[in-house]
Amino acid sequence: MLAWTIYVSFLGAAALVLLPPESRRAARITALLTALAGLAAALGGAAQYERHAPSGALADIVNVSWIADLGIRYHLAADGISITLVLLTGIAAVAGVLFSWNIERRTREFFALYLALIGGVYGVFLSFDLFLLFVFYELAIIPKYFLIAVWGSTRREYGAMKLALYSLVGSAMVLIGLIAAFVVSGSRTFDLPELAKFPFPPAFQNWAFLLVFVGFAVLAGLWPFHTWAPTGHVAAPTAASMLLAGVVMKLGAYGALRVAMTLFPDGLRFWQNEIALLAVIGIVYGASVALVQRDLKFVIGYSSVSHMGFVLLGLMTLTQIGLSGAVLQMFSHGIVAGLLFAVVGRMIYDRTHTRELSELQPMNLSVLAPFVAVTFVLAGAASMGLPGFSGFVAELQVLVGAWAVFPRLTIFAGVGILVGIAFMVRVWIKALFAENDAKFAAIQPVSIPERAGAFLLLGTTILIGLWPGLLLDLITPTLHSPLFQPLWKGGLP
Amino acid sequence: MNSSLDWMLPLVPEEIVIVSALVALVLDLSVVRRKSVAVRAAVIGATASLGCLAAMLWIARWHDYGTSEMLALTPLTQFLKMVLLALTLVVAVLSFGARFSRHVGEYFALLLLAAAGLMLLISSENLLVIFIALELLSVPLYVLTAFNKSSLPSAEAALKYFLFGSVAAAFTLFGISLLYGLTGGLQLGAIAAKLGTQPVEPVCYAALVMTLAGFAFKVAVAPFHFWAPDVYQGAPAPIACFVASASKVASFFVLARIIVVGFGPLHGSAVWEGFRAGWMPLLAVLAVLSMVVGNIAALVQTSVKRLLAYSAIAHGGYALLAFFGNPRQMLPALFFYVITYSLTVLGAFAVVAVVENSGSPDRLADWAGLGRRAPLLSACMFVFMLSLAGIPPLSGFFGKFYLFTAAAAGTPHLGMLWLVIVAVAASAISLYYYLQVLKQIYTTDPPAGSTPFRSPHAVLVSISLLAGLVIAFGCAPGWLLGKLSFVLNSSIL
Repeated sequence: MLAWTIYVSFLGAAALVLLPPESRRAARITALLTALAGLAAALGGAAQYERHAPSGALADIVNVSWIADLGIRYHLAADGISITLVLLTGIAAVAGVLFSWNIERRTREFFALYLALIGGVYGVFLSFDLFLLFVFYELAIIPKYFLIAVWGSTRREYGAMKLALYSLVGSAMVLIGLIAAFVVSGSRTFDLPELAKFPFPPAFQNWAFLLVFVGFAVLAGLWPFHTWAPTGHVAAPTAASMLLAGVVMKLGAYGALRVAMTLFPDGLRFWQNEIALLAVIGIVYGASVALVQRDLKFVIGYSSVSHMGFVLLGLMTLTQIGLSGAVLQMFSHGIVAGLLFAVVGRMIYDRTHTRELSELQPMNLSVLAPFVAVTFVLAGAASMGLPGFSGFVAELQVLVGAWAVFPRLTIFAGVGILVGIAFMVRVWIKALFAENDAKFAAIQPVSIPERAGAFLLLGTTILIGLWPGLLLDLITPTLHSPLFQPLWKGGLP
Repeated sequence: MNSSLDWMLPLVPEEIVIVSALVALVLDLSVVRRKSVAVRAAVIGATASLGCLAAMLWIARWHDYGTSEMLALTPLTQFLKMVLLALTLVVAVLSFGARFSRHVGEYFALLLLAAAGLMLLISSENLLVIFIALELLSVPLYVLTAFNKSSLPSAEAALKYFLFGSVAAAFTLFGISLLYGLTGGLQLGAIAAKLGTQPVEPVCYAALVMTLAGFAFKVAVAPFHFWAPDVYQGAPAPIACFVASASKVASFFVLARIIVVGFGPLHGSAVWEGFRAGWMPLLAVLAVLSMVVGNIAALVQTSVKRLLAYSAIAHGGYALLAFFGNPRQMLPALFFYVITYSLTVLGAFAVVAVVENSGSPDRLADWAGLGRRAPLLSACMFVFMLSLAGIPPLSGFFGKFYLFTAAAAGTPHLGMLWLVIVAVAASAISLYYYLQVLKQIYTTDPPAGSTPFRSPHAVLVSISLLAGLVIAFGCAPGWLLGKLSFVLNSSIL
């Protein structure tokens, strides 16, 4: 069932290519149906997994030989963590289509690339053969580039190329690490569960971990390799920045957890403190830079760097609560950042044609467009990590986990949360609740697809905020599975 | 069978090709003499294509294997001859629509003679035969490069090609004479046996360097690459295709034979901090130089043909990595890479040729908006460029992956990982310039007044076929790998 998420997305992309170029409406509907089918497959697969698989275990979907000469297998499987991220992808994909309903230029190609990107992302989350995972991971680079370069806004070609090259350099580091691991383990298999059993020598783990982890973390916005993120997000069209922040950054964090950490646990312990420090710098730095931005989209872009810092910090705690918090934060940030980019890029920018705070100030959007203002406030509250939203549970878990391991760093991370509240409040005041000016009397009303997308994302973050067990029951048992055992040397903390 | 004709039997495919070359000449002088150029091109091109097909059929139908002092006919050589004939066939088809000369008969005759040279080169067992075959290949290529008599760059390219080529050939001949003096033999196996038993004298290394220089010229690796950009740009596009694809496959094969069979004992070592004199450090230096020079020079090119030429130099560098693999992997990795690369570059040059025939020069800026003027052609170019950049799931990705894995696994303790790191980094840079081409095609708007253009169906079909093969070999490399390991297992190199 879960594998259909991948196939449906690529089939949808192929179907779009075959449509006549001028049929915009058909393209939109095809894209929406495809995204919905993907989400349905994800939900169905999740339900199936909960019912049939033993709690937290790795459930194989397909496992056949692909390239026998190198022991490469077509191995798709799922555990609680991959299912969480597949669900996130499904929701973000549907919302992205809804918020791109107004794309008029080369609509067909836009959605074809969009669905190809989604298919690649699903593929990464479900691959348990490293070669296959890498194929899907790189497959996502090209659609990202074109989505930004063709449909983007501010400095789009620069942003697109920067993102493409950062991604490719990151994946080049990963590739070197994978080849080295393959050779050192005896050149027989790229299967992740198999390779994870191999005791790599500690000296090898030390550099291989760093290479693979940083290679993946480039895409997760690890400071100081995060600079693609703000420019890329700002340059991208709304749906693409929703996907970039919502899903693509999770690819990096997921790869770091799934590949680097499970393959090289000794290397992880060796670098644990240094990476936690970088993560906290990212949290504080991202939030502080967001505080002084003038462009609304840059605010959200830097806030993503800050929130992804919590994911990386949670991973580095090497405690069960920290790790499950990190995974939950991936989900939560995916939903919330997607919503924020939708509000800023689609609801505000497409109507006012500006994202400058100083130009938005006289418009007083809370009067002009109440729906937009309410959505923005709720999304901002979710992003701050207020109780009742998913971000609260996730960040709290990360902080609790980190407190036990890095008490001093945790204080700084807490400061980062405060700065996060500050920049969001600043944006609210400037963009939403300033003096009204009669000049801006009329504004295009919020359309139905936008409302549907906003309700979908808001509903998800509130649902998980009130009932985190829905996802934690998937994530926590997975952390006890054999694949993650090497992380807990000497018992589960 | 008349015994006096027995010697001709093993070479029937070559003879078929040569006879069709002569038939092409005679036809041009007699039957179609007074017809228009288009008719003559059609008739004579068809004759040449039929000749290639007949030779392929002969090889497929009659397997005469055997080895003599001079020639070797093994499953491997026959398979490669099939590949070469297929590539020549595509080049012949591409030449149908070309408008650069009235001397159609001579053109196709020379093309077929060059193809015969390639086939002989593949089969030769003896250094002198190798040299003769090389000349049989080179002389027609010099002439073909200059075939566009009205173009000054074409003449300049041919002159450069000829001067560099003849100097390189002189070096090779000198190297061969040294080898003959050292070992008293010209047959590769005999030379290896002698070199393995007697103490290595300095003059052996002189012979190695001299012989290598000639082949490094043929495969266009730095620092023997200076002719390549001019020839790729100046020569008629189909001839550039031929030089970049078929000629490269054969040259890499002979290089592999001379190195692995002839100079086998003189391998030396190129592991990090463990250099020992031999061909390994020599090839490592050539590989690094080619990857660096090729990729960096390609970054700044404004002509698509020159860009492809520098990319070809870089790809020659990647291919050299195969020589560091263990014997079981090196040849499948090398041939998989070189064959799929040839298909890709042939396709890319074919697209360039079509665009050129439509009236635009090959400057990058003139490709603006090609995506809307010629959608199918652009889609094929999309596939070729991304395959060259090594993006999965195209064949260029798996080819590189296999090469890099083979090189990393070839020496114990990851000794050659440094070279793999250089290669992966170089390959990451290369995405930049391939994306420049695609950016022109897809994101820039076509100039005002430009119209969609049509190209001959035969050409479009062959380009699409090549793109299909590039995708197919990438998604399912197993077939070609299986075929390669089958022919390799049943042949002595």
